[in-house]
Amino acid sequence: MIKRINPFLVVFAAACAAPLVVTNPSHQNFLILVMMSAQLGVAWNILGGYAGQVSFGHAAFFGIGAYTSTLLLIQFGVSPWIGMVAGGTVAMIFALLIGWPCFKLKGHYFAIATIAVAEILQVVFTNWTSVGSAVGLSLPMQQEGLKAFVFNASKLPYYYIALGLLIGTVLAARTIERSFLGHYFRAIKDEPEAARSVGVNLTRYKLVAISVSSFLTAAGGTLYAQKELFIDPASVMATSLSVKIALASILGGVGSLFGPVIGAGILTSIEEVTRQIFGGSGRGTDLILYGLIILVVAVYYPNGVVGGIKAWGERLAGREPGSGSGR
Amino acid sequence: MSVEILLQTLLSGVLIGLVYALVAVGLTLIFGVMDIVNFAHGEFLMLGMYASFWLFALYALDPIFTLPFTALLLFAVGAAVYQTVIRRIIHASMLAQIFSTFGLMVLFRGLAQFLWKPDFRSVENSLVSGTVTLGALQFGLPQIVAGAGAIGATLFIWWFLNRTRVGAALEATAADREAAQLMGIPTQRMFTLAWGIGAACAGVAGALLSTFYPVFPEVGANFVLIAFVVVALGGFGSVTGAFFAGIIVGVVEVVGGFLIGPQLKLALVLFLYLLVVLLRPQGLLGRA
Repeated sequence: MIKRINPFLVVFAAACAAPLVVTNPSHQNFLILVMMSAQLGVAWNILGGYAGQVSFGHAAFFGIGAYTSTLLLIQFGVSPWIGMVAGGTVAMIFALLIGWPCFKLKGHYFAIATIAVAEILQVVFTNWTSVGSAVGLSLPMQQEGLKAFVFNASKLPYYYIALGLLIGTVLAARTIERSFLGHYFRAIKDEPEAARSVGVNLTRYKLVAISVSSFLTAAGGTLYAQKELFIDPASVMATSLSVKIALASILGGVGSLFGPVIGAGILTSIEEVTRQIFGGSGRGTDLILYGLIILVVAVYYPNGVVGGIKAWGERLAGREPGSGSGR
Repeated sequence: MSVEILLQTLLSGVLIGLVYALVAVGLTLIFGVMDIVNFAHGEFLMLGMYASFWLFALYALDPIFTLPFTALLLFAVGAAVYQTVIRRIIHASMLAQIFSTFGLMVLFRGLAQFLWKPDFRSVENSLVSGTVTLGALQFGLPQIVAGAGAIGATLFIWWFLNRTRVGAALEATAADREAAQLMGIPTQRMFTLAWGIGAACAGVAGALLSTFYPVFPEVGANFVLIAFVVVALGGFGSVTGAFFAGIIVGVVEVVGGFLIGPQLKLALVLFLYLLVVLLRPQGLLGRA
């Protein structure tokens, strides 16, 4: 056997070196968007994929992260880096308060409840004048630099921050996947009754999943606020954002570690390509493509791209394709 | 608050609530028969609105006269959706089911934007317009006609389900798929029928709304959320429950909007959903 090179390290090195090859600022911006949506996808996957609790309300956590760090900065001059941790904490507390009653609900009921919670939050923020209401919040002008978390001359630092956040999120997901938590989450997802009967406290472990997932999603929200320097409820709390976050996982492969990263890459590419070919999103072509892709994946590849490749590989190897437990 | 204002808001709530009920009847029928939540339900309503709008704009045919056509058209759309997509995911995981109807929702919205532009359109000066004065109370004629039409359509569905052989077969399929199949009920045809009727309900609601509500590609978004609330409140799968729950939700929305501000009414209705599913998950008249 040849000594195996860790594929993680290869991908990591390639990701670090990518901006050396990709020097065009708009292409670099594309890479930043991929990293950001991949990070959100991996964070969603901890709750939606591993623990099987489908959320269409993750924009709530994202928005809480963006608003907390931004308000702390505007009102008290708190560094966005501290704001990021604070935002994650607030999102986590919110998630626990919501999750505690809502985890009683199963399947569709839970998914609809997450939409309801996020929509309510969006309505509240849209009408709450002290947080900028529908007008939104502009971040104050500041000397650029790592300390201020603002970069104007080159957007490259955002790339490395997004990459760092993505790696942190992947490591968190990987740690969970390989620990006893991963087994519990899968048990909750696939055999909830059996898990309950051997004494697993379902709600407690669902709460663990939503805590980690919401914290990391909120961190992504702070990064978004610092990169765009403007937030409003429509851009950071909309249900369409929740759907996009969930979509990266679904497309790439629910419950697989790198599925959401692949899904995010595909989705962001579609978005950019349709924008360049058809100009703007108002024409609906991006939605048509999105819709068709979701349909094809849901109907023919319910385990996403990663699941599809696995089944294909197994067929090539002359075995029956796996029944697809979602792993 | 004077008695007139109270009555005015209450009855306005009932009128719009009847339309919500009709949308929800379609949704709950599909849910009851095959345990799938249709996230694209609002898009059926949107297509019904556009059908009415275009027949009016191009051929000057009033939405109230083209209503039977709209119903048939949406029945065909619903049946086609079942045959092309839903049939394939009927045994798939819940996630795949949620996402396939979600994909349909996104696809229909995209197609509507692409074909008919994202503009707001409206049916102007149709036969059904103007207001009706009842003492100190005033109601729009379109709202009254929509409410009456929704009652008619809901009663028709109720009659069909409870008083016809096909309706009984549909109810049997809802109660126990395998047993129904063993009794010789063609369950595939029943599923197609459920999707056809479900879509037609939303389409008729869209046609009724088109005389007083703007038509645009995302119009279904709020209606589907409200329909989820109505279905949950009435009990998943219960047509009678959906009817009364629709009225309750309409009243909560209009009266609540009047009391705390119309911009917060959606939040209020969604809060009602959370209360219902957490405190009384089986709804008002649902099967436990």
